[in-house]
Amino acid sequence: MPGLGTTFGRGGATTAQQDLANADAILIMGSSMAENHPVGFQWVMEARARGAKIIHVDPRFTRTSAMADIWIPLRAGSDIVLLGALISFVLQNERDFREYVLNYTNASVLLRDDFQDTEDLGGVFSGWNEEKKEYDVKTWSYRGAPTGGGASAGHGGHAKDRGGEKSKENVYQQDLTLQNPRCVFQVMKRHFSRYTPEMVEQLCGIPKDLFLTLAETFCSASGPEKTAAICYAVGWTQHSDGVQIIRSAAILQLLLGNIGRPGGGILALRGHASIQGSTDIPTLYDILPGYLPMPFFGTDASSLDAYLKKHTSETGWWANFDKYAVSLLKAYYGDKAAKENDFGFNWLPRVTGDHSHMGYWLEMAKGNIDGLFVMGQNPAVGAPNSRLERKALAKLKWLVVRDMVEIETASFWLDSPEISRHELKTSEIETEVFFFPAAGHAEKDGTFTNTQRMLQFHEKAVEPPGHARSETSFVYHLGRRLKEKAHADQSARNAGLNALTWDYPAEGPQAEPDSEAILKEINGWTTADRKLVSGYTDLKADGSTTCGCWIYSGVFPKPGENKARKREPKGRYGHGWGFAWPSDRRILYNRASARPDGRPWSERKKLVWWDEQKNEWTGDDVADFTKTKPPSYRPPEDAKGDDGLAGDKPFILHPDGFGWIWVASGLKDGPLPAHYEPLETPVHNHLYPAHSTDPAAKKLESEQNPYATSPDPRFPFVLTTYRLTEHHTAGGMSRYLSHLAELQPELFCELSLELAQQLQIENGNWVTVATARGAIEARALVTSRIQPIHLNGQVVHQVGLPYHWGYKGLVKGDVVNDLIALSQEPNVRIMETKALLCNVFAGRQSAEHNAVHSARDSQDGGHQTWQHGVSENQQ
Amino acid sequence: MSVTAFLTDSTLCIGCKACEVACKEWNQIPGDGFEWTGRSYDNTGSLGHSTWRHVKFVENGAIPGFGGNSPAAFSWEFSSDVCKHCENAGCLEACPTGAIVRTEFGGVFIQSDVCNGCAYCVVSCPFGVVERNPEDGRAFKCTFCYDRQKVGLQPACATACPTQSIQFGKLDDLREKAQDRMTELKDQGFEDVHLYDPQDSSVGGIHAFFIVRGDPRTYNLPPQPDVPTIYQRKAWTSAAAAAGLVFGTMLLAFLTRKES
Repeated sequence: MPGLGTTFGRGGATTAQQDLANADAILIMGSSMAENHPVGFQWVMEARARGAKIIHVDPRFTRTSAMADIWIPLRAGSDIVLLGALISFVLQNERDFREYVLNYTNASVLLRDDFQDTEDLGGVFSGWNEEKKEYDVKTWSYRGAPTGGGASAGHGGHAKDRGGEKSKENVYQQDLTLQNPRCVFQVMKRHFSRYTPEMVEQLCGIPKDLFLTLAETFCSASGPEKTAAICYAVGWTQHSDGVQIIRSAAILQLLLGNIGRPGGGILALRGHASIQGSTDIPTLYDILPGYLPMPFFGTDASSLDAYLKKHTSETGWWANFDKYAVSLLKAYYGDKAAKENDFGFNWLPRVTGDHSHMGYWLEMAKGNIDGLFVMGQNPAVGAPNSRLERKALAKLKWLVVRDMVEIETASFWLDSPEISRHELKTSEIETEVFFFPAAGHAEKDGTFTNTQRMLQFHEKAVEPPGHARSETSFVYHLGRRLKEKAHADQSARNAGLNALTWDYPAEGPQAEPDSEAILKEINGWTTADRKLVSGYTDLKADGSTTCGCWIYSGVFPKPGENKARKREPKGRYGHGWGFAWPSDRRILYNRASARPDGRPWSERKKLVWWDEQKNEWTGDDVADFTKTKPPSYRPPEDAKGDDGLAGDKPFILHPDGFGWIWVASGLKDGPLPAHYEPLETPVHNHLYPAHSTDPAAKKLESEQNPYATSPDPRFPFVLTTYRLTEHHTAGGMSRYLSHLAELQPELFCELSLELAQQLQIENGNWVTVATARGAIEARALVTSRIQPIHLNGQVVHQVGLPYHWGYKGLVKGDVVNDLIALSQEPNVRIMETKALLCNVFAGRQSAEHNAVHSARDSQDGGHQTWQHGVSENQQ
Repeated sequence: MSVTAFLTDSTLCIGCKACEVACKEWNQIPGDGFEWTGRSYDNTGSLGHSTWRHVKFVENGAIPGFGGNSPAAFSWEFSSDVCKHCENAGCLEACPTGAIVRTEFGGVFIQSDVCNGCAYCVVSCPFGVVERNPEDGRAFKCTFCYDRQKVGLQPACATACPTQSIQFGKLDDLREKAQDRMTELKDQGFEDVHLYDPQDSSVGGIHAFFIVRGDPRTYNLPPQPDVPTIYQRKAWTSAAAAAGLVFGTMLLAFLTRKES
């Protein structure tokens, strides 16, 4: 989550779900929280009962809207226009929390004279290289700060979750009057000056008075006495400018002083159980545990010293980078990791290209990948352009699928739509498929890290049936066998594998590895005597400590004290139930809940404050600050690390201790958010006509991944996809269970009354929904919960599809993700599923439409069919 | 044992259907088919032999600017229906085998091992709650989680509800709570809220009452539910009168004959 990471310092929700109850207003946007996070939504209901205003902005009226005070429909993909206009509203009307903004954000910092804004360059920032399609971020630096070093936009992705690369933001000049035209405040004010209520009307389709109601409601619930929270989910992330949508929200919250305070914050609602955990201890290709960047081949360092130098900052918490990196290497390579061999740094694999989902799947489609493990995922249904992905599976030599049921990915060779369409022949597919039964969560021990960074241990309730095993067991025993093989072959390529520590105790008849032993390694210990460390402040860079993931350190501080297992909640934030990283801090950056002098902003909103008697930070939460650093502390010249930050700088991960309204380094598509249209759009970008879409986003356009033009008469409507309460993502955990499957047994397409009338479709009829990638069939659910969007005369019809169905299970349906393009947001390389172009036809016509795609590679015979379909529809 | 009740506050329901699923899981009720209805998000249709909690989805037309919590508009309402466990229960009174009993918690419970499948209860329920399983003919409905209450647990649906839309407790306490909640909602400007608890009807009050917005009939809650047995006295009186008339006529005939 670089949107939050670069702005605040950590790529995690800044708040806890329980804290929403303390909010005076909650803006839910890019999420249908009541539907997809119904349990967490109870605290929104609690806030509502206490008088908070709940606002839901969504193209559809959902079950969340049904619980809101205000529902605001918008055109899918116009989020930054709305958020930018809110920012502009705050700036133009001086509604910002000025004392907070001056002290805790970089609003007053001066920028270089050679920085040029999108307003100057017609839609791109200075540094844009049209040939390479990427930015040189030099001109985005603070004035006076040395450039170079790590401040490059070339280094990819999720490492930005940690708050940008090592850079020189500790060197800056300020104008505390905020009047200097080159200070962040004024540059931002100018940047957003055209994001007006009129522009909102024109691009989002939100009437001006409704926008003003929203702005007034949200702003009046912010300030010293009040706080407002924002909740978002993949409705923001799955856009071609998703990171910048989140950035817009983060800027708004900084301006209103809503970060680090009770009832404020930004709650990133994660897609499902332990998605937060899967970035903390990543299943991603470009980071190591605790948001340490993966070393890149070539561009990155080949010696540990150079790697550490590149990523260790002078001031702020990342001055400790070396301690965390070396302790991690000690966890990987144990005794084999020594100072002499750079602690095994060169045994770490290097990133050699785009190994993101899209990247490696395209390689697979070309036949460049031999084998694949699929665990906890069902890409044949859940991944973008799943049609392309299923075909790519047929190019593998071998495929391992682990799941609780035989999911579509495991049987693509037998019953996928490509087989029935004769695009693939079972007898010609050479992929050897190994299907392994997996244990469910009640059948294994382990931890979940939930949406608010909280680790909760769960215990095995029953033994898994038959040969079903936990992931831990599978990976442990696979590793054990690979190590046995490597042991027999001591060649250089096996050196890392041979050095790898793999000594978890395995228990019981199934030799199940002990989850707590793994959690202890994650917590860390002193290398010499394996004494558990109390937290990451104990870690050292000399190899004397071992730690699997520094941010989790403290979860298991003593033998027998697994904090993730604790169930004794105390106080307002439930400390004693689970463990929230870092150091059990429930509200991040909570130093900001107090004034610069350490007193609470208000009695009503106090959280953490400076205790003059005890000379320490105290309050309802663990202070996200050095406990004994007084508010009056000013760093001496040349002070390093945390000592280099003053006692009134709450964003301790950043080299300057500020919340970053301006992101000088760490983002690939701009220091400020700018509105770009989705990669497929029916609408003209009135803000930046010359750069309609995010210039740094990648379309990955190919014959198998085609796009509509923008606009496109063949695909006149906007399509948005989503999930329902009743199902779990790609359906592996719900479509096979009768009690869930019966609740939403069939794929449906939500249409407005107006569009249904125009297309002569009645509720319950079959319809065909087509995009440039393919066509699927669904039942029409005609409802006033979706309404046409009016943009100063242009009418945009929006169509909604939930994506849970596939070709296996108790209830079946077409794969909605066949309609989605592979595409890459510039920072995290996520695809755009929330706004694209489609057409809708009455009746079941998908065979006819898909025949065009089947024939596409060899001939163009299907063209006639398209034309026919279009002309029929346009009548 | 005290008499217990459900208060289902639809203004708090988010339509998640956790109650339906928790009920089926706990009571081991089979799924009842995979039929898509096209009626909003409701695909289980109604209460029945295999659906003992059922969430109704009532769409009224969304208006931009107004969320469902706005007093001005009620756009998409969800309400979890359940057996009312009537004070005077039609099903219980109609049951000829004694299969339907009243428990110590005030609930109405069908002992499925005694039920003979006569279906008198089905036609006697003023709310259409009871249904026969077409496979074995026996009647089924909500047990008020008698087994859970017996060991001090709440019913499964109330336990699973994430937003306290389904509240469980002592009947008198919940009636009071319902009144307080009504006052609170009225104070907040919700003019269209109703407490559905027909104490003046012949069912004599129910043990599962509801707070809904709009006309309760929209939620399949009849304004004046009646227990069929209230017609019993009238029926017996008519029968007695008829019998008396027949007897009188006969007697008269005999008497007149003697006289002649």
